[in-house]
Amino acid sequence: MTTWWEIVRDVLKRNEVKLITYVPDNVLNPLIKAIHADPYFHAFVTAREEEALGIVAGAWMGGMRGIVLMQTSGFATLPNAIASLALPYQIPVLMMVSERGTLGEFNVGQATVARTMRPVLDAMGMEHHTMSRLDEAEFILDRTIRQAVTTQQPACLILSPLLTGGKAP
Amino acid sequence: MNNAATTRDQAKVMGRFDITKRLVAKLQHDEAVIGGIGHTNWDLWASGRRPQNFYMLGSMGLAVPIAMGVALAQPDRKVFALEGDGSILMQLGCLATVANQKVRNLAIIIMDNGIYQITGGQPTATGMGTDVVAIARGAGLANAAWATDEAHFEALMDQALTEPGPFLVGVRTDEQKPYGQTERDPPQLRDRFMRGLGVKK
Repeated sequence: MTTWWEIVRDVLKRNEVKLITYVPDNVLNPLIKAIHADPYFHAFVTAREEEALGIVAGAWMGGMRGIVLMQTSGFATLPNAIASLALPYQIPVLMMVSERGTLGEFNVGQATVARTMRPVLDAMGMEHHTMSRLDEAEFILDRTIRQAVTTQQPACLILSPLLTGGKAP
Repeated sequence: MNNAATTRDQAKVMGRFDITKRLVAKLQHDEAVIGGIGHTNWDLWASGRRPQNFYMLGSMGLAVPIAMGVALAQPDRKVFALEGDGSILMQLGCLATVANQKVRNLAIIIMDNGIYQITGGQPTATGMGTDVVAIARGAGLANAAWATDEAHFEALMDQALTEPGPFLVGVRTDEQKPYGQTERDPPQLRDRFMRGLGVKK
């Protein structure tokens, strides 16, 4: 059976999302490995999520599509960069967040910060979808990328533990 | 780079607008310039509109990452990031990323006046003794130097324009007021830039 990370890798490639910047996460690890193993992608780690977003925004303006991979606590560092760069300049920065803080979280800090994520996305009027089922993953990711590019708006995909298995104690 | 051992204390304090004009005068091949927020950006605007200039209106600290993204997307174009000391201090990790990714067509210029001038002149860490060029070297940017005077700055820019980077040049600047202010129309700023880079026709 195809795994979620193989689906993500293939849909990114099909949509010419070539540049992958990330701050690592345990759940994202198989996806990060699969991307590094595929010469199509240009992937590297950054010190901070804001930096990863800035790089993807610059690459878009230079003609290359990209996506930022992170976990929920990393997303919490991004609202200023989204509100002052991606949204006002209409740059379709794609974000993929591995969802910590729910369905078996063991770290109360992760649980609290995770609750800020969807309200922040909604407050900024951003398109976001939660990927929770393997049979829907391709459709949600493919359509979200296409909409972001054609409407020139950033978008966020949240990887639910229902899809990935999450990180349990 | 020349005079690689120079420290911040030994660099001449120069005019920010004058230095910006000296840079822009050297750009003959549609090089991209990313202006970080504040007076650095406004002087870039005042030095003459170029469609290859991108003007930030927020996201303080992201001039270098944005420039790195442009440089990765267009490896045959030289890309300059113009950043202030207060801004780069917010995002020092990006210097390590630039160094480790060996972005050959990227040059970073830090305009360092030691203060948050736009908010009333409060001192930054560099005004208290932190040396950004030394930090850059520590991050792995071997080609990092202070411009000792205007002629040295021009020589460093010639090097950045002709040799593989990445480069970082520290410039100690004065506290003069900026010579203009950018328009505040982000979609138009972005659209002009993308056309200037040939991404949109």
